[in-house]
Amino acid sequence: MSATGATAHAHVGHAGHHELGFIRTYIFSTDHKMIARQFLFMGLFMMIIGGLLALVVRWELAWPETAVPGLSMILTETGGILEPSQYNMAFTMHATIMIFFVIMPILAGAFGNFCIPLMIGARDMAFPVLNMLSFWVGALAGVLMLAGFFVPGGHAAAGWTSYAPLSAVPEYTGVKWGQNLWCISLFVLGISSMMGAINYITTIINMRAPGMKLFRMPLVIWSLFITAILLLLALPVLTSGVAMLLFDRTLGTSWFKPSGGGEPLLWQHLFWYFGHPEVYILILPAMGIASEILPVFCRKPIFGYHAMAFSMIAIAFLSWVVYGHHMFVSGMSPALGMAFTVTTMIIAVPSAIKTFNWLGTLWGARIRFTVPMLNALAFVSMFVIGGLSGIFMASTPVDIYIQDTYFIVAHIHYVVFGGSIFGAFAAIYYWFPKMFGRMTNTVLGHLHFWPTFVFFNLTFFPMHIIGVGGQMRRIYNPMQYEFLQHQQHWNVFITVSAFCLGLGQIPFVVNFFWSLFAGKKAPLNPWNSNTLEWTAPSPPPHLNWGPTLPMVYRGPYEYSSPESRDDWLPQTAPPVTAAGARRH
Amino acid sequence: MTPGLLEAPPERGPVTHRPNGPVPPPPPPTGGGDGPEREPWPRRPALDNLRLAVLFLIGSESMFFAALIAGLFVLRLGQPLWPPPFQPRLPVGVTGVNTLVLLASSVTMVGAVRALVRGEENLLVKRLVAAAGLGALFLVVQGYEWARLIGYGLTVSGGAYGATFYTLIGAHAAHVFGALVWLGATLVLASRGRFRHGRTAPVKACAMFWHFVVGLWPILYVAVYLL
Ligand code: HEM
Ligand SMILES: [Cu+2]
Repeated sequence: MSATGATAHAHVGHAGHHELGFIRTYIFSTDHKMIARQFLFMGLFMMIIGGLLALVVRWELAWPETAVPGLSMILTETGGILEPSQYNMAFTMHATIMIFFVIMPILAGAFGNFCIPLMIGARDMAFPVLNMLSFWVGALAGVLMLAGFFVPGGHAAAGWTSYAPLSAVPEYTGVKWGQNLWCISLFVLGISSMMGAINYITTIINMRAPGMKLFRMPLVIWSLFITAILLLLALPVLTSGVAMLLFDRTLGTSWFKPSGGGEPLLWQHLFWYFGHPEVYILILPAMGIASEILPVFCRKPIFGYHAMAFSMIAIAFLSWVVYGHHMFVSGMSPALGMAFTVTTMIIAVPSAIKTFNWLGTLWGARIRFTVPMLNALAFVSMFVIGGLSGIFMASTPVDIYIQDTYFIVAHIHYVVFGGSIFGAFAAIYYWFPKMFGRMTNTVLGHLHFWPTFVFFNLTFFPMHIIGVGGQMRRIYNPMQYEFLQHQQHWNVFITVSAFCLGLGQIPFVVNFFWSLFAGKKAPLNPWNSNTLEWTAPSPPPHLNWGPTLPMVYRGPYEYSSPESRDDWLPQTAPPVTAAGARRH
Repeated sequence: MTPGLLEAPPERGPVTHRPNGPVPPPPPPTGGGDGPEREPWPRRPALDNLRLAVLFLIGSESMFFAALIAGLFVLRLGQPLWPPPFQPRLPVGVTGVNTLVLLASSVTMVGAVRALVRGEENLLVKRLVAAAGLGALFLVVQGYEWARLIGYGLTVSGGAYGATFYTLIGAHAAHVFGALVWLGATLVLASRGRFRHGRTAPVKACAMFWHFVVGLWPILYVAVYLL
């Protein structure tokens, strides 16, 4: 033990002496903070592509079969008018990119890497080289996914769920290499996420600073811990599913093709067995982020710390037994459908516990409406709407009516945009000072938040209405259906709102890059937070801490504690009178 | 009340409870002042990083194979006859013997770790070589059987039977190959004397993964060949 201590020392002592070259510092870096930044940039870059694809989809739905502005340069033959196959490609790739290459890299990749070592008081991840590999393998997956746009036959077009046999037989869609690359990319991503997950779990279990007991960990670390476990166990199921799909397409196996004795429903089972834990992979880190930010700007302890941690554990367990709610109409015995309805409704209970605890934290607080706080509040309120629509759909009789309509699309976006993306924005604004050493601009932050919040709701709330009105998902031209024509004005309204939502992201981009280079230098602890990362310099140096690791004496949320004159009490603050506190 | 006059905060006794729970007792003494002896973590972790990581790797891989095996059962339950008629039969006997070969490699691996713990370096290297040799023999026999089966007309594209067989057994073979590469690297390092002075974790981690790959095989053998 003392030997490891000595090497750690030698390490810290050396870090200042020899500088790493450009490549080792910025590209093949093993520093968790640099890898976090790399994941963040990758996610934000992909968000632009995914967002533009969404706008293409929206244009088509509002003004079907008209030229999409700007696309005439790419679609030269049609002068910018989308063909049905291209429309399918656009929505498929929008969802695939947003889920696998935006939210996962930003929430689990960037903030997982950034927060875990800093907030548990470690010098780096348990396996820094594995961490670097995880990023670069993930980046390779991203490149493979983007490469699909340039192959003959176009990119995958069977939806992000890629239901077989549509996806399994190239002749059905005419897509050959696009879907293959989709499979290969997700296979590679599975390897990347496994490496990341193993690293996160090992780090959290073994590398916590002295005194950082499990139940003194910040809730965001709890959420990332549970997310990593879900990643570890859910992604391999998708990995084997996409491998089978790829073999069906290239080697002629018949896992999912009835003609050779295969079973198309098997794909749905494998996909959703992964898919439901996946949606919690997308939301749990955002829940952790909100639990981190609310107490800081309420200056109050989080309400129900243990309930928060245990409800996340409960969500993780239950998420394995609810996946059938995605398959109510795929053919399943009514008894099984009933069982999935019940389990799905039960999973809403821990979600509700979390929501009430957030409200309890807000209750009676003198809230500081900073930009990260506004985004965290948006997360809480939008997640409530998305969670409630989820309960509607969990009920089989209701779902039979609304499945595959825009009601589902509304649900998805309330939880994934309203939940995960607002959570990601909250995290970016909150940790930017620590991550890059500079403050973001508050005015631009408000200019970003308010249009995003307003136009988000204007875009996605009406989708509930047209969904109940019968508009199906994934249709090329709603005007083809007589029963949908009377609500076409809603499609126009949604599309205009969506374009405004897109424009609302410009202040964010400006803010991000302006602050990166010209923002005010960030102090050590701009928000007066308790957690450990704010005791390291902004940005923290390689290996994070000086010669000694921080020592943790208390939980992370002791705001306005009677023990301190300030309204905050860092985790590193020793008890006032150690002997006295013990005696009583 | 004169504004601007600050009142001193009232005297309070020591705090024992806070809204989020009782005040934690002060941390254990760390052996002196605030100095470096506090580092690292005073509590020794139950399992070192490497073995913990391999444990989770095994968890992840188990889910991968569980999905494949579930797929196999779904497909075969959908067929009236299994194995389907007019398809070659799998070599149950040869593969049974081969199973024993693989299990034997696990036994030598246990022996290798024992030698490692006792510090008998030569024995460690010998036993690692034996384990790797048995693993390689298993792969060679498997490859030979595959070639024969393809000769008899069992192909990946010939229907569910061939598809499931080649996917599952191929996935396992790929894992044996990967584990063999890992074992080879460990072997090279062991022969260079890298695991002296109690640095045993890398070998133990490698052994864990090896046991996983070996332990998986009887399950696959029963599911694919026997049932
Ligand atoms: C209270 C919690 C929730 C409940 C009860 C719930 C329920 C459901 C149900 C029943 C469906 C299937 C609807 C159908 O296809 O007919 C569904 C779809 C979906 N949910 Fe949730 N959900 C909840 C939370 C979440 C969260 C937190 C996320 C993501 C962060 C999420 C993401 C999705 C997505 C992406 C789909 C659509 C998948 C697709 O068909 O493309 N849900 N949800
Ligand atoms: Cu679900």
